[in-house]
Amino acid sequence: MAKFDEKARPFSEKWLDERLAVNTLKRVLSTEYWIPKDINFLWAMGMVLAATFGLLLISGIFLLMYYKPDVNMAFDSVNYTIMSEVGFGWLWRHIHGVAASVVFLIIYIHMFTGIYYGSYKKGRELIWISGMLLFVTFSAEAFSGYMLPWGQMSYWAGMVITNLFSGGSLEAYGLVEWIRGDYVPGDAFLTRFFMLHVLLLPLVIIGLIVLHFGTLRIPHVNNQEGAEIDFEEAAELYKAGKKKESKVIPFNPVFLSKDVFVMGVYFILFFYLVFYHFEFAMDPVNFDPADGLKTPPHIYPEWYFLWSYEILRPFPKDPGLIAFGIAQVALFMLPFIDRSPNVAPAHKRGLFFVWFWVFLIDMIVLTVLGKLPPEGIFNTLGAVAAVIFLLLGPALIVITKLEKKL
Amino acid sequence: MRELKILAIVVFFTLVTYYGVEPFAHSKMHKHVEGHGFVYDGTADVEQASDEKKETKKAFWNDVNEIAKLEGNVAAGEAGFAMCMGCHMDGAVAMGGVVPPSLEHAGALYDKKYLIAVVKNPAMAMNTDHKFADPMMHPMGPVMTMFMDNQSIADVVAYLKAKKAGEVTPKEAFTDACSRCHAMRYAKMTQLGDTPTFKYEKDALAYKINVLDAQDGVKGYMGKLPPDLSIIIRARSEHFLETFIENPQTQLPGTSMPRVGLNEEGYEKVKEFLTEIGDPSKPKREAVGPYVILFFVVFAFLAFLWKKYQWRDLH
Repeated sequence: MAKFDEKARPFSEKWLDERLAVNTLKRVLSTEYWIPKDINFLWAMGMVLAATFGLLLISGIFLLMYYKPDVNMAFDSVNYTIMSEVGFGWLWRHIHGVAASVVFLIIYIHMFTGIYYGSYKKGRELIWISGMLLFVTFSAEAFSGYMLPWGQMSYWAGMVITNLFSGGSLEAYGLVEWIRGDYVPGDAFLTRFFMLHVLLLPLVIIGLIVLHFGTLRIPHVNNQEGAEIDFEEAAELYKAGKKKESKVIPFNPVFLSKDVFVMGVYFILFFYLVFYHFEFAMDPVNFDPADGLKTPPHIYPEWYFLWSYEILRPFPKDPGLIAFGIAQVALFMLPFIDRSPNVAPAHKRGLFFVWFWVFLIDMIVLTVLGKLPPEGIFNTLGAVAAVIFLLLGPALIVITKLEKKL
Repeated sequence: MRELKILAIVVFFTLVTYYGVEPFAHSKMHKHVEGHGFVYDGTADVEQASDEKKETKKAFWNDVNEIAKLEGNVAAGEAGFAMCMGCHMDGAVAMGGVVPPSLEHAGALYDKKYLIAVVKNPAMAMNTDHKFADPMMHPMGPVMTMFMDNQSIADVVAYLKAKKAGEVTPKEAFTDACSRCHAMRYAKMTQLGDTPTFKYEKDALAYKINVLDAQDGVKGYMGKLPPDLSIIIRARSEHFLETFIENPQTQLPGTSMPRVGLNEEGYEKVKEFLTEIGDPSKPKREAVGPYVILFFVVFAFLAFLWKKYQWRDLH
């Protein structure tokens, strides 16, 4: 057995260090976890996401105390019990609803930052892949949560999305029924999505967040110029007091102070939305109780799923499903599709810079068209935007193959 | 500065996306219906009428506009009003499925021209004439045999307008205008009004049977049970509610919902009640919001000072 200092007072620093190695942990995870100095506020999005996830978790716990996962009670437990009988229930619900929407905005900003600066490239592939796994799990979490108020949009979105599993011409309705636990969304459907939303998926998310942080530790965070930094040498300089010359800063407290400032600004905007502008996150249609006999005139997913919905929609049944499937996995492949050796911001990478903006704008166009009624010119534009999306993958292979080493 | 430039780009694309999926997409999904400021002179009805009905509607609303110009005699109107009391009385029973409303606040809640139109031809006034081959078939059809000449209509409407039974509360406005067809479970109201509390379960069940009977009556008349309005204020936009209540046919062509003829103050009262029940956190949001935002403004400012301090000798 290891040696323990007899005189160390219980729970003193030394006492804890001997038992938990707290000093080592603190050094490795915080005061000597080196971050490049050359970064901008986009590098704070990870912490902003962590904070938003924290808000979702806390507000979710409060909602969970009063929510009833039962098709006869779910709607009123949300819209009556929580909104008018529980003290500040309305606040927790609006925080939860707004955070669920805003978290995707930040995820997209976080993703596009990674793409712009090439932060998924050699050595950092696992950061990207674990991030994509988080994106997919967050999507499942958002979708399952959207079922819970059991309004019209919950019901019909549940109907449409589970129908996708019939696999088009495969007509695998047995699989659809197995997923739903019924022929149509009903009580079994609601209770299993409840379980997914409050237990299984949050557990997976927490595990993946740990993995995502873990993947960062060895390759380190990328920087604004994509410069390769000798972190050990730079760290020695910093520790020797040559802070100006050193290219790195410790996570705590230097990088953290910037993170916290960015979070402060973000929370001003976030709570402005919670109190004065929450409608965008809480679709009016979902304030009508679920009714299997009344199809709403327009069924659309929440805004963050619209781009992939629009890749499904303009094509005939089977090609549409295939395109949709490709869209779901394509981004995972990014570190392997990009063949360029350069880790550099897009504006230094020639054609890749053009590719990046075409991709971003195409995603926004798809998002907007995904909500518009599929009629006339919108249909044509949707098909064009979806085809562009599908061509962007092969285009990236060619563009990055041709890219010269900087 | 570079960071501000990046921020500007992020904000720009965020706002473009927001504009696209919210105001723009919604403007394409819902056709725009012009409101007409709670004025009921038949202009919109004539415009929307099918060709074969246009002339009838035009003639009808011309008459209504003519009657509105007559000087009504309140005393004569009061005498005529006795005929209304045959149906519109306390403890009224359902007629053709719907309980005739109390007319206690009719003068305050409803528009004058609308009231004239209702006495002259209820189906036309309510813009549900497509439901009745013969306007006499309307549950209120018999009124057409009670006030045969224009002057008597002007008189009874003058009486209704003159009779003000004190200030109308939002709940009374909702009860008179909406609640004979629409329940409001978050306010514990059904088609029979406020739900009483019962000491014994069997009394509560017996009452529930009465409610179900009343609902069956409404269902028989309207074709389906009209929706519960508990949180309709959050399920529909303000503009939709306003134009729909003003003239249901514009938003839902063919609907069996009658136009109720609320004037602007009447509509505001109904909306106030719908908001009170359907969006009870509104005053709380307004009270708490500024403090939370102020907190984060101070938080961000202190965080900025901390950041400045931590980064003071890095560059």
